Amino acid sequence: MKKFYQNVFGGTQGMIGIILLAILLFAVLPLTLDIFRLNLVGKYLTYAFVAVGLVLLWGNSGVLSLGQGIFFGVGGYCMAMFLKLEASSVENTAIQSTPGIPDFMDWNQLTQLPAMWVPFKSLPFALLAVVLVPSILAFILGAAMFKRRVGGVYFAVITQALALILSLGIDGNQGLTGGRNGITDLRTLLGWDIRTQSAQYVLYFACGILLIGCILLSRFVLSTRVGRVLLAMKDREDRVRFSGYDVASFKVFIFSLSAGMAGLGGALFVLQVGFISPSLVGIVPSIEMVIFAAVGGKMSLLGAVYGTLAVNTGKSLFSETFPQLWLFAMGGLFIAVVMLFPNGLAGLWESARDRLKKMKAQKRPEIPATGSVAVPVPAELAETGGKP
Amino acid sequence: MTVKKEILLSIEDLTVSFDGFKAVDSLNLYVDRNELRVIIGPNGAGKTTVLDLICGKTRATAGSIKFKDRELLGMQEHKIVRSGIGRKFQTPSIYENLTVFENLEISYPSGQSVLGCLAFRRSAAVIERIEKVAEMVFLKDFLEIEGAFLSHGQKQWLEIGMLLMQDPELLMLDEPVAGMSPAEREQTAVLLNKICENRSILIIEHDMEFVQRIAHKVTVLHLGKILAEGSMADIQKNEKVQDVYLGH
Amino acid sequence: MPLLAAYTAEEMKSIFVMQGFAGLSLFSVLLLMALGLAIIFGQMGVVNLAHGEFMALGAYMVYLCSELTHNQFPALAPYYFLISIVVAFVVAAIVGTFVEWGMIRFLYKRPLDTLLATWGLSLIMQQAFRSIFGAREVTPTLPEWLMGSFKPTETIDIPINGVFVMALSLVLTGLVALFIFRSRTGLHMRATVQNRAMSSAVGINTALVDRFTFAMGCGIAGVAGAAFTTIGSTGPDSGSRYIVDTFLVVVFGGTGSIVGTIVSSFGIAQGQSISEFFLEGTMGKVVTLMGIVVILMLRPQGLFPSKVRS
Repeated sequence: MKKFYQNVFGGTQGMIGIILLAILLFAVLPLTLDIFRLNLVGKYLTYAFVAVGLVLLWGNSGVLSLGQGIFFGVGGYCMAMFLKLEASSVENTAIQSTPGIPDFMDWNQLTQLPAMWVPFKSLPFALLAVVLVPSILAFILGAAMFKRRVGGVYFAVITQALALILSLGIDGNQGLTGGRNGITDLRTLLGWDIRTQSAQYVLYFACGILLIGCILLSRFVLSTRVGRVLLAMKDREDRVRFSGYDVASFKVFIFSLSAGMAGLGGALFVLQVGFISPSLVGIVPSIEMVIFAAVGGKMSLLGAVYGTLAVNTGKSLFSETFPQLWLFAMGGLFIAVVMLFPNGLAGLWESARDRLKKMKAQKRPEIPATGSVAVPVPAELAETGGKP
Repeated sequence: MTVKKEILLSIEDLTVSFDGFKAVDSLNLYVDRNELRVIIGPNGAGKTTVLDLICGKTRATAGSIKFKDRELLGMQEHKIVRSGIGRKFQTPSIYENLTVFENLEISYPSGQSVLGCLAFRRSAAVIERIEKVAEMVFLKDFLEIEGAFLSHGQKQWLEIGMLLMQDPELLMLDEPVAGMSPAEREQTAVLLNKICENRSILIIEHDMEFVQRIAHKVTVLHLGKILAEGSMADIQKNEKVQDVYLGH
Repeated sequence: MPLLAAYTAEEMKSIFVMQGFAGLSLFSVLLLMALGLAIIFGQMGVVNLAHGEFMALGAYMVYLCSELTHNQFPALAPYYFLISIVVAFVVAAIVGTFVEWGMIRFLYKRPLDTLLATWGLSLIMQQAFRSIFGAREVTPTLPEWLMGSFKPTETIDIPINGVFVMALSLVLTGLVALFIFRSRTGLHMRATVQNRAMSSAVGINTALVDRFTFAMGCGIAGVAGAAFTTIGSTGPDSGSRYIVDTFLVVVFGGTGSIVGTIVSSFGIAQGQSISEFFLEGTMGKVVTLMGIVVILMLRPQGLFPSKVRS
């Protein structure tokens, strides 16, 4: 039990971090913000799911994916498909030429629901799909690339290309996907109206709880031997093979896990915001999600949440008052995080904490830190003065 | 009574060419069980390349490498390692961001698949083995130190320790005492003689004094081929070897 | 969606020829962009995600020259275009020099960080274009001799600007190849790529070589921008339209190979152009991109991989 506490909650320090986050999300914000702004925060928290996945994938394993929007979007579209089908019941769509199918399909002269949509009539299927479809997609893409040792910069740009391909593909197929406008006008989840204020409160809390759940799951994974293998892989990938590990399978695992989390975030996005479109799938949103993780500190799970909240809050403040300045600020943020603050907010927090410790310790005499450690000479040799 | 020697590693007609240049040229080499073989030769003779070919770091152009009668060519690196071969690299290759304990733990040869790693527990047996190996490589007091903070010599020992954790049947060492002080060389010689038991070892070295202390049999490589093979005494008397490498 | 069967053989031939030429314009732009990126990537392992913005910079410089000439020096009007190509090269190269000095050179050992930092740079440059030139697209006034087309047969219509752009690209590619393989600086560049430590030891100032290489790559992108003005209008995000394609061209061709870059950009441009005709708009691009990505997954080293012992 103690081990569980240590591994999943990160011991006392980790526990405090989780509790502070919980207090912020579940007490401070709901009490100080009106429902409109709280809903916005809920939206930002869905992006944090992707950022947490990037902490696992990029921060801990050294694999940079510039296409996480793919998985966020796929999860979102799965949820949206279910909600849209529910909103397109025969009564609601009585005025269409073909009632019972979503409006955009009707505009495109479709007379039947495409095969791909049919399974999404069932909520259990849709819920499973939200997490499994992105994970399986990541598994296939990851296996194809990692087994062929495609990594580093190549992998990053190919994920970018894949994000572009998916967003263009969705965009160009209005009959199937709702096209550029996406899937909109979502109303109820099994009869429960998701647009009401009470629903928004419930969804916000659900989102927060699931996010903390993902963080705890990530903590667990990193606390196992997998975590140490990933860190070793980040440092020296080739060497890890010679320690007996199939590096590709670890990369596929962490890529799939981060994709599943991103998909979950996408679904919560759809529930809270009420629509999905290809603008959340492509190159720009994908790379923005990377900066959320980077600002938080790419190796810190809690940092990912704070980073996401900070950047998005800044974005909405800036865009209201100085829209022209925002892109300059964003671009500058990318550069600053890379060059000046590689460990993000978490790094700043930790160095502040260390400085506090040093100030307290200065009351005691300083023990000089030694750079290299002296080599101990075993007893037998010490006696003979180094000669056999 | 003759002890029946079992061939552990058999290399036959091994060739690798890079754009026409043959780094290893139709090489034949046999290593018995529990044999300690030293490979020497001038730079560019192909010594490191042979080790690269065995552990799968480089692909061969032709020939065969059989380990315990299984063909190694074409096998993935981690599978070669799991079949019982361990390699120590020329420049110390440890995980700088992990502690000594974690470096040794990661080399523990069971539970190395993704699922295995998720389920892996630091049982008493694992901890005991790690502490025992750490003691053998003179790092018992440094278990919690991060690899990056070790001295050059200690990094070499840690790497040897990681290999001992893997408990391979064939251990390959590439210049294990390079960059060590005389005291450290002494300790390493003692260490190597100890871990020799129940293992075949293939060593590449330049330090002739060191080689003399440990070698059973020596193979001399030159231009990707074997120039001479025999005991240290035979090799030192061999004229061809003197011309090419040892000097008169 | 036009069906293949709806066209006669004669018409099909014309379609292919005309799409082929449309593809050639795209090929030229891609080639120039890819050349610049390949040099930078092959030399320093740096992927400059702002490369498209350097192209846009060149295009905007041509626009500025156009405005300047037609408003202040109308007598120079017929000549300005060729001068503006040089201006595009020089300005882009100068900006590239500053970028390398101020940012890129600190990130050489960190390729993933370079991706993020150059993306930030591209955002800044895009916003700068928007603030200075406005959000609407602009076009320089193209000289008379670039307008129109010639018709070898009744059904085939070949635009002159397409031919000009292609000629420009091939000439520039030839000059670059000549420079890299025949000049002393080119020798220094190749030496630094193959063995940095040794080059430094024999007295080559590798930091300057890197700066020069980066600037040259950006300058070539500037020329790509000049070429681009003849086939399309320029807006703040014109650069981002081609950056993914350009990188795929470079990787597909095999980094470090100029022949590979040429073959790869030709193949990809033609593939896109032809599939765009038969499939609706974006699906043509989607199919081409998917094809490239699949082939890259099967053959990650590209068409003409460099045969260096790792």
